[in-house]
Amino acid sequence: MEKILMINYQKCTGCRLCELVCTVMHDGVSNPSRSRIKVMKWESEGLYIPMACQQCDDAPCMNVCPVKAISRDEDIGFVTVDYDLCIGCRSCVAVCPFGAMNYNVIDKKVFKCDLCGGDPQCVRFCEEKAVDYVDASRVSMFKKKDAAKRLSVAQKETMCLQVAV
Amino acid sequence: MALDRKIAYIDLTTGEIETKPIPLELRKKFLGGRGLDAYLLYNNTKKGCDPLGPGNTLMVSGGILSATCASATARTHIMAKSPLTGLLGSANMGGFFAPELAWAGFHHLVIKGKAEKPVYIWIHNGEIEIRDAGDLWGKTTTETQWAIREELGDEDIKSAVIGPAGENLVAFANVMTGIKNAAGRTGMGCVMGSKNLKAIAARGTMDVKIAHPVEALEYNKRFIDQIVSAKVNQTQGALGTPFIWGATNSWGGIRCRNFQYNQLENADDIEPEAIDDVCNETMGPHHMTGCFGCQVHCRAQYKIPSGPYAGKYDEGPEYTSQGAFCGEPECRSMETLLTGNHLVDQFGMDNLETGSIISWAMELYELGILTSKDTDGLDLKFGNDEALLEMVKRICYRKGWLGDTLADGGIPASEKIGKHSFDYMIQVKGMNNLHSDERATPALALNIATASRGSDHLRSRPAIDLYHLPEEVLRKIYSNPVPYDGPLSSEHTSYEGKPWQVFWQENCYMAVDCLGICKYHTTFLGATLPNFEDWPKVLYYNTGIEMTPREIWDVALRCNIMERLFNLREGLSREDLKKGDMLNHRYFDEPCRRGARDVIGLKIDRKKFKKMIDEFYEHHGWDENGVPTPETLKRLGLDKEPSHLL
Repeated sequence: MEKILMINYQKCTGCRLCELVCTVMHDGVSNPSRSRIKVMKWESEGLYIPMACQQCDDAPCMNVCPVKAISRDEDIGFVTVDYDLCIGCRSCVAVCPFGAMNYNVIDKKVFKCDLCGGDPQCVRFCEEKAVDYVDASRVSMFKKKDAAKRLSVAQKETMCLQVAV
Repeated sequence: MALDRKIAYIDLTTGEIETKPIPLELRKKFLGGRGLDAYLLYNNTKKGCDPLGPGNTLMVSGGILSATCASATARTHIMAKSPLTGLLGSANMGGFFAPELAWAGFHHLVIKGKAEKPVYIWIHNGEIEIRDAGDLWGKTTTETQWAIREELGDEDIKSAVIGPAGENLVAFANVMTGIKNAAGRTGMGCVMGSKNLKAIAARGTMDVKIAHPVEALEYNKRFIDQIVSAKVNQTQGALGTPFIWGATNSWGGIRCRNFQYNQLENADDIEPEAIDDVCNETMGPHHMTGCFGCQVHCRAQYKIPSGPYAGKYDEGPEYTSQGAFCGEPECRSMETLLTGNHLVDQFGMDNLETGSIISWAMELYELGILTSKDTDGLDLKFGNDEALLEMVKRICYRKGWLGDTLADGGIPASEKIGKHSFDYMIQVKGMNNLHSDERATPALALNIATASRGSDHLRSRPAIDLYHLPEEVLRKIYSNPVPYDGPLSSEHTSYEGKPWQVFWQENCYMAVDCLGICKYHTTFLGATLPNFEDWPKVLYYNTGIEMTPREIWDVALRCNIMERLFNLREGLSREDLKKGDMLNHRYFDEPCRRGARDVIGLKIDRKKFKKMIDEFYEHHGWDENGVPTPETLKRLGLDKEPSHLL
């Protein structure tokens, strides 16, 4: 069954451990500028949002690649770059609507999330589960449940208010 | 490699910048962070130098594990001669600065001289530039950070900055990064201000190679599991440090009305749960945030719900803000607590020292030593929230006679005020104490009396002493990595074996400060957290350096001695109330008046206290005056200091 990265930005504490373990896992170094996942921050408001590749079905990066270096791994469901074919034109970086295709100035290569081959380290290390790895079909169920809980709390509060009045 | 990170010498007078590798020999002797800073301070300052003169040297560093794959190694350490105490100045903060400095190529900065006009230092991928900070001068701590990002066009820049308090040479000004991460003790921000240095900005995209990445990653996972499984860290992660203040207040271990009481009664409105309610209401259910790579996430996010600063975003408040704006001045308003916390964060001023010094002034006002003439008409009585917050502003901007006087720090202020005012100041070595009361806990009293940077809990406090752990558990912790078969007591009111516990904790905290790890990740608040036995692997997998637990212990011993040597050179003497390992007379003369039944009536026994100090020195290998013996120096390879190798 296809699994995807599910990001619940409300849970993110902004610690960026995901960025660290991503680069240690892939490159054997600590260097967040190489990370495939990146926490976007609005520090003056205390807002943190991790951003990573959505592994789109109809992926713009895949469509735009002039040498067909980008393809989809059907087993795990991630979009992958074949570096033997890649010519480094960065068209994929330009078209990605999420900024999830990156370009590394040190190695002069584009790079993106490969879900660590099915065991994403960002998920493994995130205690908060701000980044989670779940069945694609379950995502909306989790969201429904969260929303339902909020509604139920709101309803109880309204009832309490009515009783108090 | 972490070991490739360099040291930079920056002379603000001449503008000269020199970078060097850090010799492996010194790494093995001092590791990095606070320990190597202590070596650098001793070697790069002259005896009796003016803390606010160009001859004082400011060290800024990350630990040796900074920016490696080791959890919670975000600590930045700052060291110089302290303008507050005239002795060792040393402060430590979390956030994201130290790792960014490492990705920019550096682990240590040594900043000398004094710039002619306001400047900031810009460090980017191995390059260092001194830039004009004319437009930044006068800005608050966060305004400064955002303005630097704007000016250099990079949102990922991390800066260590001063606010108006540092510019105005308030003796207890902080260096800060982020919203509230503060290197907040001993006035390191004041030293930056004296050098006309507004900020140090860093941005790096250079690899830090991990020596054994697969093992480092796996070991880090194990480490994190150990850390997050500790109950104390789960509570920290939900409520932050206010939970400690709440718990301590319940048995009578906090300071109230300066030092008159050891408990704030009727504190429901500012208890940790009440703070959590405000955070929930203003920031939602997930309102905890963390430093780089840390899974404890002990900082709460909030917006001030009411009053003149309503809607302002900040983080905290910590134990120290509850002490400063509630317990000490006997105020019980959430608005005052959150506003006071916001003001000190924005001004860049130590909340701990600020709260202590204002409540001291409040007691003097109550006693008639200070009058309304001295306060320019301000009714500086306990419980006056408005006067408290007004005083915070007056100190930061040195407004009025009292604001200006208190901004000089405790001892100079007491000398200016006279009339036995010094007798009421709860300080050691010129630095005010945490808002905790140690009269019922001899181990904690010994800790603050002997702490190298003045009265402070983060140098050697055996906090687990309060948990009444069985003796065999204590023995398991405290007889590693060096054997100890002397007495140990589970009773927190006992004097037995406490010197060894304080000695052990002092080495433990020094070790984490050299490694760059946060204290919530070691034997501080949780008895099960990693210490000496666990660090060799973290060090080896990440840096390739092989060391035994005993060798790391020796590094800590050595670094503590470097700090001791500096303090001795600057005039520390054992029983000197202003410069020694001595407590205010109130610890010995005035018993606790509130709290748990076994706390009421307790005070520190002078004779037993003296014996504890003797034992503590003995454990260290120091003589009865607290001077390291020649044999101790020789054994640790410190007999030729200053050796000027860096």
